[in-house]
Amino acid sequence: MDKPELEATLRGFVGRETGPPVEGPDPVNEVMIRHWCEAMGDANPVYTDRDAAAASVHGGLVAPPTMLQAWSMRGLAMADLRQQQDETHSDQQLALHELLTQAGFPSVVATNSEQGYTRYLRPGDRVISHTVVEAISGEKATALGIGYFLDTRTIFRDPAGDELGWMTFRVLKFKPHAQPAAAAPDPAAAPAKPRRLRPPLGHDNQWWWDGIAAGELRIQRCRDCGTLRHPPRPMCGRCQSIAWDWVVSRGAGAIHSYVVLHHPPVPGYEVPLPVVLVDLDEGTRLVANLAGRKPAEIRIGMRVQARIEAMDEEMKLPVFHPAESGS
Amino acid sequence: MTTALRDRAAIVGIGQTEFSKHSGRSELQLACEAVKAALDDAGLSPADVDGLTTFTMDSNDEIEVARAVGIGDLTFFSRVPYGGGAAIGVLQQAVMAVATGVAETVVVYRAFNERSGRRYSAGISEGIVTADLIHWSWYLPFGLLTPASWVAMFAQRYMHETGCTSRDLAQVAVSTRKHAINNPAAFFHGVPLTIDEHQASRWIAEPLRLFDCCQESDGGCAQVVTTLERARDLERRGAVIRGIGQAAAADQENMTSFYRPDITFLPEMDLVAKQVYEMSGLGPDDVDAAILYDAFTPIVLWQLESFGFCGRGEGKDFIRDGALELGGRLPCNTHGGQLSEAYIHGMNGVNEGVRLIRGTSVNQPAKHDHVLVTAGVGVPTSGMILGKLD
Ligand SMILES: [Zn+2]
Repeated sequence: MDKPELEATLRGFVGRETGPPVEGPDPVNEVMIRHWCEAMGDANPVYTDRDAAAASVHGGLVAPPTMLQAWSMRGLAMADLRQQQDETHSDQQLALHELLTQAGFPSVVATNSEQGYTRYLRPGDRVISHTVVEAISGEKATALGIGYFLDTRTIFRDPAGDELGWMTFRVLKFKPHAQPAAAAPDPAAAPAKPRRLRPPLGHDNQWWWDGIAAGELRIQRCRDCGTLRHPPRPMCGRCQSIAWDWVVSRGAGAIHSYVVLHHPPVPGYEVPLPVVLVDLDEGTRLVANLAGRKPAEIRIGMRVQARIEAMDEEMKLPVFHPAESGS
Repeated sequence: MTTALRDRAAIVGIGQTEFSKHSGRSELQLACEAVKAALDDAGLSPADVDGLTTFTMDSNDEIEVARAVGIGDLTFFSRVPYGGGAAIGVLQQAVMAVATGVAETVVVYRAFNERSGRRYSAGISEGIVTADLIHWSWYLPFGLLTPASWVAMFAQRYMHETGCTSRDLAQVAVSTRKHAINNPAAFFHGVPLTIDEHQASRWIAEPLRLFDCCQESDGGCAQVVTTLERARDLERRGAVIRGIGQAAAADQENMTSFYRPDITFLPEMDLVAKQVYEMSGLGPDDVDAAILYDAFTPIVLWQLESFGFCGRGEGKDFIRDGALELGGRLPCNTHGGQLSEAYIHGMNGVNEGVRLIRGTSVNQPAKHDHVLVTAGVGVPTSGMILGKLD
């Protein structure tokens, strides 16, 4: 399925109910309320103390509003939903996720959720949820990878159809930047070291980072006028051509400016950390770290040579080193 | 060059909250308090306001502020991007609205819990998802994450080419601190700073030390802009906006314009200077005092050069002998600046600019006919010249 076809199919989901209304397996009850309050450390007596609740503005026990979703959850049966749906009904939300997984966006992360409460629930109330696919974004470049945001809206009602509250839920279904290492993690291994921040990737820079992964320091080149440009952009500012390719830089250059980072400390980075702005011999500039010189030994104009080095098991970066004499 | 906005509007009210490290209340409340204070200062009521404008980075929606403060119908609202670069840009929006009759009285505001909430010094992180995300991919993996680190890259080259030293930068910090000492609203009220203390302070991002960097702050500021006709009817004197402009220059990046042939000056601030001088008909010799955006010390030097108070690379010479202090050639950041009063994205400096014109600063220069006020440095930015209402 190509991208226009995928996006047209995705648009078809917007406005659809994800499936039939779901009625909570248990009515609102004091036992689940008590468990919740203990787990949350909420000592408000209107939830658990009948006498105090009777004397309060509520006139009796009520459930914590934030339990709203809990009343309509399907419990452990949710784990079997994938099997159930073939036999019982089609769940549109699962179908949507499956579609995106097939299209190359296998990962999912919840990004935000909001709830609103129309009235307090009391023991004996029954909760029925209706969920609708509210919106699906276009393809987005995010810090995690390229993907689609899926928004659902759930309305909670009583059996008479009166609204009890609502919830919006947004997930990102995405293609992660780097595939996890093939080897299974060793449970005895020490906790992973903090890693350097990953570059956000999108249409306009993925190819450059693919080059780094392949051991090449690339510089974008206009195919019409030959101008080199960095950082990359989709159009040539000189001749407005959108045709481009790249040259592979030799990685040699001279320090144009630099900083030495001390504060704040950032996990995954060791300070003092020199960062250099280098005039590459090809004519563009590049920011990267410098190794092999103490901060006090760094000089503007110093000749440097980039090497592409592994920062961890997944990420490579260009690193400048003092050039060999004579180069 | 248009002069269409010259002398068309005045800032008639200024307001602010206290500045702190932990406001203890919502950003919306800070915004409301600042807006109300500005209206009180102007002698106007919320019902007089028909326009609102703020920063794109501000979390307080215009309609939330309007509803909370009791401002009724709005016929104008807009936002300006690029962080502190917006500080005068929002006023330019207000002036354009007032000059064209789109609105009569516009309030500009900015309020945040920048210290107790999301801190800019925490830098760019993997979590952000914005349109300029790809831009950060060129810096983030290398640890170049904070505003101080971006400014330091320009500063290193500038110092290399001009001979400016860390002690010269200290002079900027010390001059500014002398003003904060007298300002009860300032973080560093009553706290002096010496060159040696600056030199002993720890590195943040070489060549910048702790005292080269501003104070992260919670707080809110607001100004009321209206027509000169209306301004003349008000009891308190307003400040006329004589010239105002916004600018982004060729090859501009947001804080990281590292790819221009020469990175030792600010083409965008040069372009602001050209506009405000041409619009106002004034020049550097007419400017009696200045509020120069000072999130970091070196950017003050670059602005002195952009606005023609000295030649390129001569900032360090200009500031010797107390030129930026009361009694000097150009009293600058008389409130203590963002270095020593508080960092409210330049909006606290706008309030001080109005005080200077009114003659009510705690560090009031004798001559105060024209005051230059600038916005963020290293970003697409803005600036203006204020004058007295005749
Ligand atoms: Zn071209």
